[in-house]
Amino acid sequence: MTSAKPAAPAAPATKKSRPKPAPATTMAGRVRQRLSTRLATVVTIVIAVVWTIPTIGLLLSSVRPREAINRTGWWTFFSDPELTFANYQDVLVNGRLGSYFLNSLVITIPSVLFSVGFAAFAAYALSWMNFRGRDWIFIGIFALQIVPLQMALIPLLRFFNLGVTIGPITIALPWSEWGVSPATAGFTRLWFAHTCFGLALATYLIHNFMSELPKDLMEAAKVDGAGHGKIFRRIALPLVIPALASIAIFQFLWIWNDLLVALTFSGGTEQSAPITQRLSEMAGSRGGEWQRLTAGAFVSMVIPLIVFISLQRYFVRGLLAGSVKG
Amino acid sequence: MFGIRPTPEGEKLLQLGVGVALFLAVVGGLLIVVDRGPDLVAWIGRKLRGGKDPVRRKPAREFWGAMAFLLPAGLLLTVGLLVPMGRTTVLSLRDRFDDEWVGLENYIWMFTQGDILIVLRNTLIWVIVAPFLVTAIGLIYAVLVDRAKFEWFAKSLIFMPMAISFVGASIIWKFVYEVRPEGSDQIGLLNQVVVWLGGTPRNWLVMRTGALNTLLLIVILVWIYVGFAMVVLSAAIKAIPMDIIEAARMDGTNAWQMFWKVTLPSIRPAVIVVVVTVSIATLKLFDIVRTMTGGNFGTSVIANEMYTQALGSAQQPGRGSALAVVLFLFVLPIALYQIRELRRRREEVR
Repeated sequence: MTSAKPAAPAAPATKKSRPKPAPATTMAGRVRQRLSTRLATVVTIVIAVVWTIPTIGLLLSSVRPREAINRTGWWTFFSDPELTFANYQDVLVNGRLGSYFLNSLVITIPSVLFSVGFAAFAAYALSWMNFRGRDWIFIGIFALQIVPLQMALIPLLRFFNLGVTIGPITIALPWSEWGVSPATAGFTRLWFAHTCFGLALATYLIHNFMSELPKDLMEAAKVDGAGHGKIFRRIALPLVIPALASIAIFQFLWIWNDLLVALTFSGGTEQSAPITQRLSEMAGSRGGEWQRLTAGAFVSMVIPLIVFISLQRYFVRGLLAGSVKG
Repeated sequence: MFGIRPTPEGEKLLQLGVGVALFLAVVGGLLIVVDRGPDLVAWIGRKLRGGKDPVRRKPAREFWGAMAFLLPAGLLLTVGLLVPMGRTTVLSLRDRFDDEWVGLENYIWMFTQGDILIVLRNTLIWVIVAPFLVTAIGLIYAVLVDRAKFEWFAKSLIFMPMAISFVGASIIWKFVYEVRPEGSDQIGLLNQVVVWLGGTPRNWLVMRTGALNTLLLIVILVWIYVGFAMVVLSAAIKAIPMDIIEAARMDGTNAWQMFWKVTLPSIRPAVIVVVVTVSIATLKLFDIVRTMTGGNFGTSVIANEMYTQALGSAQQPGRGSALAVVLFLFVLPIALYQIRELRRRREEVR
């Protein structure tokens, strides 16, 4: 989706900053510089806080009692603090949101494994094997990551529901005839769809990291008689593990946060629908029940926020390497 | 099994286990194939040719090896994307039951229907306003934060919405836009601010005039993506060589000139990356509209309308497919530009 040249982005993550402007030589210059730093600091912090206010509002509301949320603004919390976890209990037990949360995990983990795993294989071939048409395949995969999913949804759904027949010959049966439970069918459809839709971007990104590996290393291994299978397993894969982690984190968040693919393929029931789908429904049908919506929204954000806070370095690197998927 | 009925949770964890096991099995099998496959093929070849070592067949062997590496990804991309893309294009030219060819009828419907014209207009508003705002705000913030203290902290706060789902962000903002009747306490921040300033509270999400509600939805996307723009641009700013900045400072450039003459030209590639990425994301945007308004009150966009027509209540796959094709055509120029850039870069590497 982007032409950001990766590999380099391993460098400036958020933490380490370049040395601040060199010291000014004159007294006036020094004063001006200090003022500009101070002003910039104040402005950036103020904007950052303003940026966070909507989230804070939701977080505070989720721990206020039901009547309070619907009667007064969340900012009155500070003058009249009342704390309760009843909303979370309500949404998890009565709203059965925990069940959807589990669905999200069941959907996301295998989808990430499959897309990143298969992409690593393809990326290796595109980086280090010589064969005819390699450049065209690479450009094709690059182009596919930009294609909107909307182009694939209807036929893919029909493929699952009706199977594939060309004339009288049945190539694939509809999934209902495979005798699997609705939940299994829902999960499998989602794994399949997410893997297909995530592959192109993942292949492109992993290729960018893999092709930067030193050529001498590969040549030396080849001289020692290692085949491509061995080079891939022993050399290429271990060396790009940090990059794989970044890409996997991104894929994880993208699939966890997805709504469109879920709406199309999950079947929409508690058996296999992810938490985002449930929340989106609640926002539509129970728009007024803020005690459930606020708590529910936070339940859905817990994992992404933990990932974000604990793995921010990888997260930023993944972002710089290839930006996001939409 | 053994007369024990697993709980629903247990059953789901079992599914998860099956998925992971499937992954391990497939990857393990694939590793064996790429490890032993070429030898096996060569061995069979040798037997067939009567024991002669196939020295000249090296490129072919490399080719089949590569195909093994590419097989799973290639197969899935073909089944999951390439073939469906063709099918969608075909479907857009057929009637709703996929029985007869209708020519361009679905496209004509799109451009003659008042509602759909508004959808197209909204998509244009989105793709013009959102990338511009995201890039501008992200750039200003990146420049400011470069001279500020507590840089890491400020960046983290701005960047945090990137981790939240569009659905979660939509609920956060739905709460901000929430309205209560005039005279009673407001619970939505926006209306409270309006009341504090002496105005009357409004139901913002139904206000079509001047596409105000669409602009309020765009705010959500901007809120999410500014962090992305800021991080990418900030990294680019930090990568500007110190001596260029020093030289400009020696010449007595002020901050304003510095930005337009030194900073901006140096980070142009990163700016393009941001604009392109956000444009594509904006065109595909679905979740925010779906969750906030369901596309009602004149806020629908192509991606949402496509879903409503083809997979939602309307049951019109032909029209939905036509909308998907139009969306694809919107993305196509950006994609072609990207491909050109990619090929140029690959040429340079050689």
